[in-house]
Amino acid sequence: MTSSTIIDDLKKKKILALLKEGQRIDGRALDEPRQLTIDTGVIPKAEGSARVRLGDTEVVCGVKVQPDKPFPDLGDRGIFICTAEILPLADPSAEPGPPGEEVIELARVVDRGIRESGMVDLKQLVLEKDKSVVGIFIDNSVTDYDGNLFDACSYASVASVLSCKLPKFKYDSSNGSVSKVEGEFSAPPITTIPVSVTMGKIGDTIIVDPNADEWSCMDGRITITTNAAGNICAVQKGGHDGFTPEQLVQCSKISIATGAKIRDILKQAGGS
Amino acid sequence: MGVKKTDIVLLDENGIRCDGRKINEPRRIMIKAGVLKNANGSAYIEFGENKILAGVFGPRDVHPKHLANTDRGILRCRYHMQPFSVGERKNPAPSRREIEISKVIKEALEPALMLENFPRTVVDVFIEILQADGGSRCAALDAAAVALADAGIPMRDMVSACAAGKVADTIVLDINNEEDQEGQADMPVAYMPNLGKVTLIQLDGVLTPQEYEKCVNTALEGCKLVYEVQKKALQEKFFGDDAK
Repeated sequence: MTSSTIIDDLKKKKILALLKEGQRIDGRALDEPRQLTIDTGVIPKAEGSARVRLGDTEVVCGVKVQPDKPFPDLGDRGIFICTAEILPLADPSAEPGPPGEEVIELARVVDRGIRESGMVDLKQLVLEKDKSVVGIFIDNSVTDYDGNLFDACSYASVASVLSCKLPKFKYDSSNGSVSKVEGEFSAPPITTIPVSVTMGKIGDTIIVDPNADEWSCMDGRITITTNAAGNICAVQKGGHDGFTPEQLVQCSKISIATGAKIRDILKQAGGS
Repeated sequence: MGVKKTDIVLLDENGIRCDGRKINEPRRIMIKAGVLKNANGSAYIEFGENKILAGVFGPRDVHPKHLANTDRGILRCRYHMQPFSVGERKNPAPSRREIEISKVIKEALEPALMLENFPRTVVDVFIEILQADGGSRCAALDAAAVALADAGIPMRDMVSACAAGKVADTIVLDINNEEDQEGQADMPVAYMPNLGKVTLIQLDGVLTPQEYEKCVNTALEGCKLVYEVQKKALQEKFFGDDAK
């Protein structure tokens, strides 16, 4: 997050020297993500919620479910919106105020990965076509920063949705009003579990799940989201260096393999 | 927007797409370099129905000053859509989509620029979408890269961008607006053709691992076609008719 400083330059030298021997600064293997712990149901007032720790990165996520008007050109689909925010208490360089380009990219990449996978079948969230649908609003708040917010926010969102209880709504066609049926809940219509895997490129070495030290000195990064069938549903490249076409294929393979392991953790946390 | 799924055939039985193109055929591309008087470098591109203007200023003093980097120059990029560039009027304030695209375009151009030669300065790239069709970020990048070269900023390589996608279960080159709306996947790619590096890749839509690899390679073929058009535009600007 912070721009390059003298400390970062020194750290980068150390990180590069270690990578030449196939080692990382925190002792992990190149393709090894940090430990992932997920607690769901941490915010009882939210319909779904999760606290996720990925190494020392921590995210709290809540899902609110409420009736809404559909988008004009998507009258046969429910609404799914995923946001992300870095709280000012998460990092000394984070400030309150309107989001910068990095935070906007974060939110859009997290949203895109889950949306494009079709995780939630939005066609099952229609109360009355073109008039009223159910909206699922997922808000991520980063509470502690140690790199790779893309994956931490994505896992928090997925775990929150998996643990979510959808209230039942009734549409009254005589006056167009929507009311909640008290005490009736159902599971959301889940079709697949998307897993986002972010890789950093330092020099020509690809590392999975960079921590804050690695994040601040990496040359390029790529986030690849896969679904339960092992297909690729979203990609985002970032950073100031490019990838060779061979590296792009290598990264997709890493994402599929790593994603399968993380999917099991998400499944367990979501209680399914 | 608003087009019903049943209205268009994306790919007919002869492998012809909704706008009459073949599977591996890009839309018409025209680039003209040096179209603005005041900008240090500029370019205009027509890529299918996209009409895009790019202007470059710099290297110049950085304002505000605290953004300056003592080791190298910085690059700033603004991708902006005109309110009249799309079907329904677009609010002229920058949207979250435009902010994200500005960022990925900046990061796609950065690897090509030798900004280490210009510490404490900034290069500003302004991209105005006058008319948008599918694939405007790739077309914008193509124009911006030509404008940077036109400005005489030292570059390691050109940056050429083109999208590929999946339409009617087939991987096709350079998807247009209808194919973007109704198709199954969209993958914009930017490439430095001589260094062999991909500087931008995004994907939305589901692809198998085999389709993913094919889609990347299809997009790279498109980038190489675009590269030839970019070279021609610069040759015409600097050598006029002698370029032929």
